[in-house]
Amino acid sequence: MEAFDILLTASFWAAAIRIASPLIFATMGELICERAGVLNLGIEGIMTAGAFAGWFTVYLGFDLWTGVMIAALTGAAFGLLHGVLTVPLGLSQHVIGIGITLLATSLTYFTYRLLLPEVSSPPKIEAFQPLAIPGLSEIPILGPALFEQTPLTYLAFVSVAVVAWVLYRTPAGVAVRAVGENPSAVEAQGISVSAVRIGAVMAGSALMAIGGAFLTMSAFNSFFFEMINGRGWIAIALVVFGSWRPGKALIGAILFAAFDAYQVRLQQLTGGVIPYQVFLMMPYILSIAALVLVARRVAYPKALMVPYQKGER
Amino acid sequence: MPDTAGDEAETVLRLAGITKHFGALTANDAISLTLKRGEVVALLGENGAGKTTLMNILFGHYTADAGRIEVEGRPLPAGEPRAALAAGIGMVHQHFTLAEQMSVLDNIVLGTQRLFRPRLDRRAARTRIDRLARDYGLAVDAQAQIKDLSVGERQRVEILKALYRDARILILDEPTAVLTPMECEALFATLKKLVADGLSVIFISHKLHEVMAVSDRVVVLRAGAVAGTRAIGETSAQDLAHLMVGAELAQDEVAPATPGPVLFALANARTRSYGGAGLNGVSLELRAGEITGLAGISGNGQAALAAAIAGTLPLSAGTISIRGETMARWSPRQALARRLGRIPEDRHATGMIGDMSVTENVISEGYRSRRFSRLGILDWAAAAAFARQIIAAYDVKCPSEEARVRLLSGGNMQKLILGRALDGDPEVILASQPTRGLDVGAVAYVHRRLVEARDRGAAILLISEDLDEIQALSDRIIVMSQGRLSAPSARGARSQRDLGILMAGHGFDEHGSASDAA
Repeated sequence: MEAFDILLTASFWAAAIRIASPLIFATMGELICERAGVLNLGIEGIMTAGAFAGWFTVYLGFDLWTGVMIAALTGAAFGLLHGVLTVPLGLSQHVIGIGITLLATSLTYFTYRLLLPEVSSPPKIEAFQPLAIPGLSEIPILGPALFEQTPLTYLAFVSVAVVAWVLYRTPAGVAVRAVGENPSAVEAQGISVSAVRIGAVMAGSALMAIGGAFLTMSAFNSFFFEMINGRGWIAIALVVFGSWRPGKALIGAILFAAFDAYQVRLQQLTGGVIPYQVFLMMPYILSIAALVLVARRVAYPKALMVPYQKGER
Repeated sequence: MPDTAGDEAETVLRLAGITKHFGALTANDAISLTLKRGEVVALLGENGAGKTTLMNILFGHYTADAGRIEVEGRPLPAGEPRAALAAGIGMVHQHFTLAEQMSVLDNIVLGTQRLFRPRLDRRAARTRIDRLARDYGLAVDAQAQIKDLSVGERQRVEILKALYRDARILILDEPTAVLTPMECEALFATLKKLVADGLSVIFISHKLHEVMAVSDRVVVLRAGAVAGTRAIGETSAQDLAHLMVGAELAQDEVAPATPGPVLFALANARTRSYGGAGLNGVSLELRAGEITGLAGISGNGQAALAAAIAGTLPLSAGTISIRGETMARWSPRQALARRLGRIPEDRHATGMIGDMSVTENVISEGYRSRRFSRLGILDWAAAAAFARQIIAAYDVKCPSEEARVRLLSGGNMQKLILGRALDGDPEVILASQPTRGLDVGAVAYVHRRLVEARDRGAAILLISEDLDEIQALSDRIIVMSQGRLSAPSARGARSQRDLGILMAGHGFDEHGSASDAA
């Protein structure tokens, strides 16, 4: 019974939303890339780079929003590299993606050592603080869960709305979706396939990097090695789970985060009788199960991972 | 060449000296042509004559090695589809350029509004599309997803795309290849309306009767060069055929068949959908010494039928029998063991492995046999000898049996497949689109070989989208629609129009088999 009561507490849902925030950014980023036909496996590394870039900017004395901007620009830069290699040059998206992850991660650790050679424990910054939204935060359970979060969490939810609007309501979104479905349709309408794809990968990578920065600037206040800890890979699964739709992907991200928040509380509840690793596994097992149930019949973007070469015979 | 017809009409498009090489191949050799306002010019030529290459250069998909393009007197920048669109050129590609999981409307407005507008104006677009559709007889539901549309409807969307952008010059690349005879008539009616409104049309085709029906002037291409230009009133189908091929076309008359016993039968076969419709209660008998032609619009179950016969698609109901013996299991290996020869629909995707050698490809069906392997070790000498034998017997032009198959032309690749399939005198031959994309000479060769196999006593199923081919070769014709088969008709018993009606899905009863008596 106690295990069920957890689900009714505001603190549980507040934690779930907090855990979901970086996943939401990352998932929206990956979703944009894949909708344009590019699988971006650089996500894990791009998030690492974003986490470091944002945090270090603030450590240097700039304000938090400047940190977010720098993180986004860092992500966009890696996105540009990924895009140029996979789109006009048509190299394998798998290999380039994994390469970008390794490169961005190692480059980040190297830069950290270079810039902070003396420190033994990483310095802390003044991170984003929770911002209660007057009125809304007083709603029972829902209020503290949704409306006493940090500004970056609100931004995560806003990003879902923006991505959905752009994809379905703007000319640019139509071009992005079309380029992921059939690049020759875009070419035949006089739009550059490369420009749309590279643009989408850059925008998506910027969002991924902000997702990384959430960890160092909102969830925690410092940068640690390995802190992304597979969140990028989860985002890739969440895109599939959400059938490449922003709204469904958002639900997936919250669901996963809820599992994660729940297992931490269950660990405390059972008091060590069951090894804690069993609970750690739980969100991943449930994700795989959900993926099997939900994602078997999804209609994926037809041109996903298919390079486009102009004038090819 | 002096223009006699319509000197008063304004020239809207002029191509001069267009030349394009792909490696050693000269796809276009100094081609020049002009198009006047309100004129339909047919670009006629065999597959590989350079028609599509020329139009892709005009539209900016390729850049010409030499030559000039002028639209309404202004030079057109090379290699930019955007510039071609801006100049008022609209192109309906042979392979449609539509995004399948998007709406008709989104496909049409793609690229017509400023990319970074905060909001796509769908309402204005909708009004305009509906008006164009009404004016030109291009009925289509703007909200529908492309994937739910028939091929004919997709083509209408492609034409609407061009008209939506105010195209003044419309290029149609083999527009009728995928249409039923009735849809063709609707298309021609639309073209008449467009031309009456002052559009100019380039109509690419290799079908003589269509060219005679719709065009004002014909430009014939042969081997990448202009073989001649004719006003339609001053030419005939024979004259055009002569220009197209460079020699008189000798149409072989196929001798009547002498059917023997049933070698292969399907009874009440059903499958899941597969590259279009699945089989929906199909019964079919193939007799020795007979070619059964299967006509139909692609996606109506032909792919499922071919895959079921070849053993790659399991039946969910029904039986397969060979010489009256019902087969409990049916797999590609069983099919080979029972001497089924297969010519797959797509020679690149499933017929051959492009990056492997001729030898490796020709033994890919028989490498397990004692002839090519002992104790699991391949006998390369025997394999190479077999490859050389096919190369010689089927007149395959290739550098050697070690050449990679990718380097062969479509015709030579098809001859190789034919050699592999016909080796060892198969009892049943499954020929899916055996001449697709081949030139006239290669087509005649494939046809001759199939008739020879028939005369040796093979039971042949010929699946083709080309009605002319079906009618020329088949002793019996069956039409397929939505996974069902019509009753067979004897050679010449149904007109092309009657076949077209069946192809459109009319005249089938509820139970799957067709109700009309042949």
